[in-house]
Amino acid sequence: MLKIENLHVRLEEEDKVILRGVDLEVQPGQVHAIMGPNGSGKSTLSYVLAGREGYEVTDGTATLDGEDLLGIEAEERAALGLFLAFQYPVEIPGVTNMTFLRTAVNSQRKARGEEEMNAADFLRLVREKARTLNIDQDMLKRPINVGFSGGEKKRNEILQMAVLEPRMCILDETDSGLDVDAMKLVAEGVNALRAQDRSFLVITHYQRLLDHITPDVVHIMADGRIVQSGGPELALEVEQNGYGDILKSVA
Amino acid sequence: MAVPAQKFELAAHLLAARPVPSGEAAWATAARAAAVERLTRMGAPHRRDEYFKFTDPAALVAPEAPAVSHVAPDEKAAFADSDQLRLVFVDGVFAPERSDAVALEGLEIQPLGEALRTDIHWAREVFGKLEERGQDPVHRPLAALNTAQATQGFAIRVTGVVRRPIAFVYERSADAVDAVVHHVVRLEEKADLTLIETGAAASRFSGVTEVDVADGAGFHHVRTQGRDHERLAFTAMFARLGEKSTFKSFTLTANGRLTRNEQIVEFAGAEGVAHVAGACLGDGDFHHDDTIFVTHGAPDCESRQVFKKVLRNGAVGVFQGKILVRSIAQRTDGYQISQGLLLDEDSQFLTKPELEIYADDVKCSHGSTCGAVDETALFYLTSRGIPRGEATDLLVLAFVDEAVQEIEDEGLAADVRERLAGWVARRRR
Repeated sequence: MLKIENLHVRLEEEDKVILRGVDLEVQPGQVHAIMGPNGSGKSTLSYVLAGREGYEVTDGTATLDGEDLLGIEAEERAALGLFLAFQYPVEIPGVTNMTFLRTAVNSQRKARGEEEMNAADFLRLVREKARTLNIDQDMLKRPINVGFSGGEKKRNEILQMAVLEPRMCILDETDSGLDVDAMKLVAEGVNALRAQDRSFLVITHYQRLLDHITPDVVHIMADGRIVQSGGPELALEVEQNGYGDILKSVA
Repeated sequence: MAVPAQKFELAAHLLAARPVPSGEAAWATAARAAAVERLTRMGAPHRRDEYFKFTDPAALVAPEAPAVSHVAPDEKAAFADSDQLRLVFVDGVFAPERSDAVALEGLEIQPLGEALRTDIHWAREVFGKLEERGQDPVHRPLAALNTAQATQGFAIRVTGVVRRPIAFVYERSADAVDAVVHHVVRLEEKADLTLIETGAAASRFSGVTEVDVADGAGFHHVRTQGRDHERLAFTAMFARLGEKSTFKSFTLTANGRLTRNEQIVEFAGAEGVAHVAGACLGDGDFHHDDTIFVTHGAPDCESRQVFKKVLRNGAVGVFQGKILVRSIAQRTDGYQISQGLLLDEDSQFLTKPELEIYADDVKCSHGSTCGAVDETALFYLTSRGIPRGEATDLLVLAFVDEAVQEIEDEGLAADVRERLAGWVARRRR
């Protein structure tokens, strides 16, 4: 599904290297988690994959089912089936959630050469997905994320994911700013989307999200590299001992 | 020649270019003479004048109106779906054969020329009077010139709540012509009227509207200023608001080489509400100026100014907005926001917010911003699969929507949104 090889990235504006050779392969249907201390490059990795400007790839590749991601625009990556759930979902006054979702769905369909979805089918689809995520009609009519609580914003990310049905989902600290109940709701939303042909890359600081979304593989990232990979037990080890021991052992 | 001498000489030329109408009632003749005297005293506008610093008035006072090509409409006429009393002007001249019968329940309406020949007329308290009040402290010479010379327009006295809007539809026929139009509106106590204006009017347009809103009355104004690219327009709306009255005005400007829209609003009674808003979309050779002056001359009034300008390819937007709070106007609630969205590095937004406050118990806020499209928002939209161009359009429409939201009537607001979307879509072709 997602294959990253020897990825090196620096910030365009400051001459600062963030990723120093990331290697990662996610198989279809798998859930991978990336953990790591602040500043290790986790969020940068998610932005670079999604196509945010301001980063320069100096070496390496990233492909989705064999198709190069790094040479194409963010919207093209989305149309290929890549989705990033933002750590800080953006507030956009003046554009309603519904308009946003419909434009996004139809843009992707157009890009893939599919027919646009008619208004009635679209409404039915969104309503059904929204209901399972406890998102009411009022939230759909409001401008994107404006006045939403932290939990509402994250649920809105999952709603977008559910409606767009990407095959590769990256969740960037989706648990940050959530209380236990909100986190459970978000995790249930994610679990409902787990499928044979859909993979997840879950970026998190804490093990607690992984109690709800059980990963197949856990990676520890430090200083722009993946320094250790293992099963779910690796996350527990981090939770108990912090990153210190692991980083010392690989140094 | 020194600037003052130029101003006075030009004022004399402007007055000589078009005769002051004769044969009118004594009060109208006096109002015309007073306007001539005002203009003669203040002189024609000049680039050196404080309120013309950002907008060179030269094209507005040049001897000849420019030739302006006609944009063939490829969208339905603005607001045409709503039931309205349509009054059509062609090149600034009322065209009765193309208009509805000049009659509407709840109001008296007659062409301005007729009204000014009537000996006893309510309009004597309004015509030239509100314009004159609006000359202090900032001179508005083009408005005085209009009062001195205009023969076209309507005098409207509203006595009740009128559900059916009046629509002035300004059409063009000649390539190069001046249109000088002056409307006088008086809303009696608790009366209510919606006035719609659409179209470019002429290659060069001077339009003045005086609106006297009595206690408890409401005036709603929505206009679009046409699509002809090279047309010039000066408009001024003078409003006096009685106690507990409401004044709401929204203007959409897309295209036009030079537009100067002045709105001068005075609260004369307590607890009035005035919302003045505008959205402008400029591309290329486009200079758009909103000059607003709101005077709080009574306590407990609320005023809002919301102006949004989207500019590209060297377009220039100007906002000069003032809130003057007199010492009597305690508990004034004044708000003003002016924002420019620059779609490239060639465009300019020049803004001058002004507050002058003499009362001590006042809530007044103003803000002004100028910037490019938010890259974070763009990334968010594109990361969901929306192409960059389309995402930019969504953000442009979102940006101006705050001004559109000032329109109370949902149907009219929807029509404005449709035209905005049309402009944006045409730019992407």
